[in-house]
Amino acid sequence: MIDELRAIEADAVAQIAGTETLEALGELQRDLLGKTSALGGLKKTLGSLEPDARREAGLVMNEVSEALRGAFETKKNELEALERLARAEAERLDLTEVRTSLDGGHLHLVTQTIEELEDVFVGLGFSVAEGPEVEDDWHNFTALNFGQYHPARDMQDTFFVGLGGPKEVVMRTHTSPVQIRVMEGQEPPIYSIMPGRVYRNEATDSTHLAVFHQLECLVIDRGITFAHLAGTIDRFTKAYFGAGWTSRLRPSYFPFTEPSAEFDIQRPDGTWLELGGCGMVHPNVLSNCGIDPEEFSGFAFGFGLDRLAATRHGVSDLRELASTDIRFLEQF
Amino acid sequence: MKVLHSWLLEFLDAPVSPEQVAAAFDDLGTPVEEETRIGDGLEGIEVVKVLTLSPHPNADKIQLVEVDRGDGEALQICCGAFNMAVGDLVPLATLGTVMPGGMKIEKRKLRGEWSSGMLCSSRELGVSDEHSGIMILDGRLTLGTPITEALGIKPDVLWELEVNPNRPDAMNIMGLARDLAPKVGVGFVAPTPPALVASGKDAQWGAQGGGGSQSGESTAGRFTVEIADADGCGRFLARVLSGIDPSAKTPDWMAQRLVHLGMRSISAMVDISNYVMLELGQPNHPYDLDRVAGQTLKVRKGRDGEKIVTLDDVERTLSSDDILICDGNDVPVGIAGIMGGASGEVSETTTDVLLEMAWFDPTSISRSSRRLGLRSEASARFEKGVDFAVAEHAADRFCELAAQICGAVTQAVQVDVRGNLPERPTVRVRTARVNAILGTELADQQISDLLNPIGFVAGPTVDGHEVTIPTWRYDSATEIDAIEEVGRHFGYRNIENQELTAARAGRLTPHQLERREVRRLLCGLGLAEVQPLPFLAPGQLADAGLDPSGIELVNPLVAEESVLRTALLPGLVTAVARNYARRQLGVGLWEIGHVFLTPPADQVLPDEREHLAVVLSGHEAPAAVEVWLTLAEKLRLQRPSVRNATIAGLHPTRGGEVLVNGVSFGIVGEIDTSVLQRHDIGERVAYLEIDLGAIASAERRSEKYRQISRFPASDIDLAFVVDNSVSAMDLERTLGEVDELVWSVRLFDIYRGPSIDDDKRSLAFGIRLQSGERTLTDGEVAEVRDRLIAAANEAHGATLRA
Repeated sequence: MIDELRAIEADAVAQIAGTETLEALGELQRDLLGKTSALGGLKKTLGSLEPDARREAGLVMNEVSEALRGAFETKKNELEALERLARAEAERLDLTEVRTSLDGGHLHLVTQTIEELEDVFVGLGFSVAEGPEVEDDWHNFTALNFGQYHPARDMQDTFFVGLGGPKEVVMRTHTSPVQIRVMEGQEPPIYSIMPGRVYRNEATDSTHLAVFHQLECLVIDRGITFAHLAGTIDRFTKAYFGAGWTSRLRPSYFPFTEPSAEFDIQRPDGTWLELGGCGMVHPNVLSNCGIDPEEFSGFAFGFGLDRLAATRHGVSDLRELASTDIRFLEQF
Repeated sequence: MKVLHSWLLEFLDAPVSPEQVAAAFDDLGTPVEEETRIGDGLEGIEVVKVLTLSPHPNADKIQLVEVDRGDGEALQICCGAFNMAVGDLVPLATLGTVMPGGMKIEKRKLRGEWSSGMLCSSRELGVSDEHSGIMILDGRLTLGTPITEALGIKPDVLWELEVNPNRPDAMNIMGLARDLAPKVGVGFVAPTPPALVASGKDAQWGAQGGGGSQSGESTAGRFTVEIADADGCGRFLARVLSGIDPSAKTPDWMAQRLVHLGMRSISAMVDISNYVMLELGQPNHPYDLDRVAGQTLKVRKGRDGEKIVTLDDVERTLSSDDILICDGNDVPVGIAGIMGGASGEVSETTTDVLLEMAWFDPTSISRSSRRLGLRSEASARFEKGVDFAVAEHAADRFCELAAQICGAVTQAVQVDVRGNLPERPTVRVRTARVNAILGTELADQQISDLLNPIGFVAGPTVDGHEVTIPTWRYDSATEIDAIEEVGRHFGYRNIENQELTAARAGRLTPHQLERREVRRLLCGLGLAEVQPLPFLAPGQLADAGLDPSGIELVNPLVAEESVLRTALLPGLVTAVARNYARRQLGVGLWEIGHVFLTPPADQVLPDEREHLAVVLSGHEAPAAVEVWLTLAEKLRLQRPSVRNATIAGLHPTRGGEVLVNGVSFGIVGEIDTSVLQRHDIGERVAYLEIDLGAIASAERRSEKYRQISRFPASDIDLAFVVDNSVSAMDLERTLGEVDELVWSVRLFDIYRGPSIDDDKRSLAFGIRLQSGERTLTDGEVAEVRDRLIAAANEAHGATLRA
């Protein structure tokens, strides 16, 4: 019987090894291990053996059964793995063959610049104020201490709008009227920035736009000095441009600030960039907005954004900023 | 303003290097825009004599010149100028010379002929702007003399300074020197010309002179000055100079200075006049006394329509805004402070001069000069405010130079009529205020030490100083003006930076945050932001199918940019068209920007709004509706929907309004085909434009969280047959509000076809029912289903599809 068992085992192992499909393996398993199998037949005759022989034959039978079950399991795993592989192969994709349909969209580079600057100033404790782009003479000029015959009111610089009296309504020439609106509408302390679009009646070329953007910063509080102005500009310079940058102020003139200054920023390589204008808010401007200049003082500074935005990306012609060509837009 | 180093030094009591001067100018707010080293590059240029002139064998525009440098040798030069004659002395740039422009002179062949140097024009030497020919030198010069010596050119530095409108004193050499001296640590000295008419009247002035008339007797007769416009003319000082040598020439040193400062040398008398203006800041005018009728000058306002021919030979029509100088016959001889007339001009026969030294009101001059479109060196000074106490000093200087150069004899009489001059207040400058503005800790003494040298005379008071504002600072009148001077002379760089200390929370407003969210969402949808110009061409609104009337600019740069947009549509259609024309199809663009609508009745400013627009080319209307609903969802707008309607600019049957809780906030749909045709766009274009500013106050749905049920949901599908006129969104909303067990409603199928009446369609909704407390029974589901059907029927006449 033992010989018989060993023969069955040898035959079975050979058959298992030769099986190529899971289906065939399942059938083979039923044939070799089922009740009607040769092994099953021998199992039934086991009881007729002498106890010693029965024990010995029983051990061998268990051993053979185990071995065959193991062989089946191994073969099954092997065939399953092959089948998975085959299935995967059938699903193979070349990931370099992609037709792109998604697009992350594109923020205009001026918007990107404004948002970055807003974030820097919000981080420094400022709020962001906005106002109309079409302004009256009071907010754009008079309240800002422009004399009635100040050259800036000239036809050369200002777009006049066909509303109200002659020269009464203008496209704002700077974002400073928003300062007036903030001061008229709010008690100090004021810590605000005013980004926005402004208009100058000037012929455009690669470095000058008639429609461009400015950002101004206004602080009105008790005890604000020129030293705070210089300190804040320097703080902003480092926060926006980088720690290695510095700033300096040089005397200048604006009707709405006194003392007034130009501010330049210095790149880490030592070269200077003229950025904007600044100064202490003129007492007349404070009075015009109902703020007592003896109680409160303040400073303002401002600069143009478009050149900053363009320079960063090497856009040498500022007029491109108004381009609606998708080839321009999708680069940002 | 241009300024020469050597000229400045005449007003300083110790030498100061050009480097120091340039640095100080930057710190003082009169920064150097351009620096030119005079005399540089002239070392190799010398006086030579023309020996022969002969045609170049191979060129018409060049001739061969043989010159003698004084060694008797003939040196051949090729020259492009033909103005010299044999025997003339001319300047030669010898081999090796590097010209002021940087060009190196080398021996070279020009069309086969050797040239061993270059003959120079006066512009090439930097002594004038004359470039029509080679400069012909004084025939008495010795050959070989260096040109610098021959022409008396001394090394010098010329600066072009930027001067702000608040610095009238920086429009002349004396004023610049006065401001500079304390910054570079030297003394300011004003050379005093001999006082030929010693009246000392510069020091006497009251603000309200009132005008009037004064006469003086000279050997050339009686002369009279009258101020009839006391507000326009604050002072009119006149003198008579006689015995002028009409043949006198302007000395080289003066001509060179004038040229360096950007003026032309014209005649001795005119040059002296300009020189005095540049040096002392007093514009002035010499009239030919014989040509001034009645030897009388009268200042009065112009009359509308009056005419004058100015020195530049242009006839100007005057108005009552102009101030005129008239003669004894009341005929205009000059536009005050701007330009003289041709009739009273000094000429090569003038022997007697009536000299005007006047002060005109800055505002009047500025208005007049602008109106006439006529600017001059004089008007540039008068409109900033000339020092009204320098007239006599300037007259003395004029007479001094006229005596030296033209042998003029000044009559010992002058008239000095006063109109109304500005008040020169003394202002209180509180030390505490100075420090509170500047952030400094200056002591009283430091403040007066900074102010006194620049003529802001500071006398001590209890809390600071009483400061007298100098007559040369028309711009200054208040404490803050004086504080600026303190800051400027203390030095901005010496003020130590200080950080803001007050603790503040900076943040964006809800609307600003929301706008950023919208931007991010639109980017997330793959769309690109554009910022086209907000100005439109006339007709662009109409081309976009909109009401053609927009607010117009009075003075546009070009007609194509003259109308304020009333909607973003025209700009975005144009944007799509441009892309389409470049075969860039299917672009998706958006813009957030202001639009300008007609002002409401009680307002002068336009009704200005912030709009958002999205344009999706290559898409039909529903694509834009989807963008709207996505946006509305993101902003938690309450009950967002669309109402079909006919909208200007949009396809007549594919457009509608976007609603929040039934209130319209914009439009959505497809751009009208006729609009597309006008823009040569060959694909459908979906469009959305909303009033983003107004959305800020639109109603929002509750922020409150809706708990997710642990119990299983029951899904039912209901297909309704409903009139085409019924809004699918309304039906969907009705279903959603039938019972709180309705968790969601979603339209998943739309059918129009044979089994449905022509004016109806079938709308199939997937409805999920769910309770937070229990598993719904079949009975409960059936009950809600019945109510959904009933509600749809009741509200919209919808019937369940068979």
